[in-house]
Amino acid sequence: MALPNKPKGEILAVADPQVVEHDVDILIVGGGMAACGAAFEVKKWAPDDMKIVLVDKAALERSGAVAQGLSAINTYIGSNPIESYVKMVRNDLMGVVREDLIYDCGRHVDESVKLFEEWGLPIWKKDADGENLDGAKPAPTLREGGNPVRTGKWQIMINGESYKCVVAEPAKTALGADNIIERVFIVKLLLDKNKANQIAGAVGFSVRENAVHIFRCKACLVACGGAVNIFRPRSTGEGKGRAWYPVWNAGSTYTMCAQVGATLTMMENRFTPARFKDGYGPVGAWFLLFKAKVQNGLGEFYANSDAVKDELSKFMPYGQSPVTPTCLRNHLMLNELKAGRGPIYMATDVALNAFLEDRRAKGMDEKEVKKFWKHLESEAWEDFLDMSVGQAGLWAGMDIEPEKVGSEIMPTEPYMLGSHSGCCGIWTSGPEESWVPDIQNPSRAHKYKWGYNRMTTVDGLFTAGDGVGASGHKFSSGSHAEGRIAAKQMVKFCRDNASFKPELKQSAKELVDEIYAPVRRYIEFAGASTAADVNPNYCKPAGLMMRLMKATDEYGGGVATYYMTSGKLLNICLDLLRLLREDAEKMAAGDLHELLRCWENYHRIWCVEAHIRHIEFRKESRYPGFYYRSDYPTCDDENWKCFVNSTFNPETKEWKCEKVECVNIIETDPWL
Amino acid sequence: MPSYVDPSKCDGCKGGDKTACMYICPNDLMVLEKTEMRAYNQEPDACWECYSCVKICPQGAIFVRGYDDFVPMGGQVHPMRSADSIMWTVKFRNGNIKRFKFPVRTTAEGAANAYVGQKGASLDDECLLLEGNLPTPK
Repeated sequence: MALPNKPKGEILAVADPQVVEHDVDILIVGGGMAACGAAFEVKKWAPDDMKIVLVDKAALERSGAVAQGLSAINTYIGSNPIESYVKMVRNDLMGVVREDLIYDCGRHVDESVKLFEEWGLPIWKKDADGENLDGAKPAPTLREGGNPVRTGKWQIMINGESYKCVVAEPAKTALGADNIIERVFIVKLLLDKNKANQIAGAVGFSVRENAVHIFRCKACLVACGGAVNIFRPRSTGEGKGRAWYPVWNAGSTYTMCAQVGATLTMMENRFTPARFKDGYGPVGAWFLLFKAKVQNGLGEFYANSDAVKDELSKFMPYGQSPVTPTCLRNHLMLNELKAGRGPIYMATDVALNAFLEDRRAKGMDEKEVKKFWKHLESEAWEDFLDMSVGQAGLWAGMDIEPEKVGSEIMPTEPYMLGSHSGCCGIWTSGPEESWVPDIQNPSRAHKYKWGYNRMTTVDGLFTAGDGVGASGHKFSSGSHAEGRIAAKQMVKFCRDNASFKPELKQSAKELVDEIYAPVRRYIEFAGASTAADVNPNYCKPAGLMMRLMKATDEYGGGVATYYMTSGKLLNICLDLLRLLREDAEKMAAGDLHELLRCWENYHRIWCVEAHIRHIEFRKESRYPGFYYRSDYPTCDDENWKCFVNSTFNPETKEWKCEKVECVNIIETDPWL
Repeated sequence: MPSYVDPSKCDGCKGGDKTACMYICPNDLMVLEKTEMRAYNQEPDACWECYSCVKICPQGAIFVRGYDDFVPMGGQVHPMRSADSIMWTVKFRNGNIKRFKFPVRTTAEGAANAYVGQKGASLDDECLLLEGNLPTPK
């Protein structure tokens, strides 16, 4: 056998890549729901001669969090008051949210959903008898007043295997295929040389050929999702790919924006979803559509016990909601596990059989019950097959029939995101309308609006979807709507700043030197060892990622400690992250795939550092069940019902963390 | 549950510049080995099992084998996707088989209306295309 000292990938990296420069007006970075929303909307407002380009590190048809599909759209307002939506989000996220952004999302989101249906997404409907019809059956559309299958108050069911393909197609058509560049990974945003705090471009590289792409732009949307593989996952072998959120989300949105000085908000927030163990299949339909309940290891349906009610009463007003906030549901589950009353089961068997018994009680004969069961079984499996095939694979491997036996659920490792039941992200302007609070403070980091909706504190830099902080529960549809909002605002920004000519601070050579540094390090040092992965002069991205995940898991409140941390542990974590950041400069890449992994790691380390710094700054436990500080174990509304915002100064390289006022726009009495 | 390629079915997309699986993988995992003209998954522990490669492969050459750190052997989930529906075959470890078919799209591929050429009214309000009379909070 040959010595294992050769680069592994099929596309080898060379020391001197080709440089491709692009001049555009608007640059869209990312390819998920938000970026597709922006691509669809932007030309509706832009003059015909405006140059707009979208850059995606993958292929638009299957990129982002919806790549695999989804079985539901979790935000569709329908006939509900938008104010109720804001109240629900506010309560689920323990009171500290930007109500202006949430309301704004709520008033645009349904239009996105109606477009999806028009484009070809099958949306389930209720027929006249109240039975569920799949989305291909003839029924009035949502626009025509059709009645979707509601599971919860906000969710509707879809046949969503091709959801992303359906949304990507008109995005591509609208922008024009020539204006979409795939397989280029943007890794850094670039500030203007002459105008302070103004975005002027971005730089990245192709993962298909040795080329660095430099973009100059007047406005830029960064929407590259959340952060995954930042804490040690429960499965650390092959299964670490089976992350709950898309494994290719590397925190790029937060890191790239933070590095040019965009203020971040609520980076202490994380999402630690309770999902089917190992396969991380969705639980929403099981809870909402099939009315399943969770059972502890003793067979007790603990969620309605008196002990649980007492526990929830410690977290008022949040604990009083008929739908317990997601973090508190986890908190209750963790209490069971820590008391040795695990494991926790989703009682799928009880739930499915209750449906059958209900039909029998209503006089359905066994032949009809059997037919009904076929339909129900198909709905149950589709939930996994649409969006988490691996969970179906795990059930197949384990011979699980959900009507016969329950399946274990378990809180996962932590993720960072801003569109699901989490709200970390970037501080952005709300709409320039009178109902949005006008905070008298010279700093944008304290204001709620500064002229361009969804613009970050950096001029010309916009974000959407997972990028916008303090406003969770957008999900796929809200992210698309938010991309559309940002698109129009970018055009407005370009119109208002027509004379601005972007000029980059760095030369092309400086940018190439920085981006290809891991390749050059590999070429320089690979000969020092007979095995490419073990070398005293460099580290490989795969190893560095494991080191990052070990540090966060053990010190930053990961699964190893049941999400418990403390000021002492957090400061150890920050020390380890500083060393990691230094050693990240020593990553090496022998091929372009490995270069992709190197840059994803840079992004991961930075965004986790912001996460840890925020948790350290906030002297309370705002999200029990997502994380706990042993030194400040309670949720302390008196001192901490406020945002924590942080800003990195690109000149001085210093971070500033500060408390920022949280203003209610929607009535607080009644709270819900 | 990483994807794997059956060498007897994979034709390397006939030596094109990029194979279908390489084109579609959201995590840049599928690559073509040009000597053998066969594709493979270069980083199985980064596979999200999204099945994008399985669904797109024109030869039906890509399958998924359960993650070896928690899935017992013997089961398999495999799709056949057409322009309007998808048929899943779920094979259990014990040999049982279930099949499910779901719609995926109600319009023809390429028929989604992108409203090309249509322009919005005013850049200075918050209305998006097709919207009017936006509400404000009560």
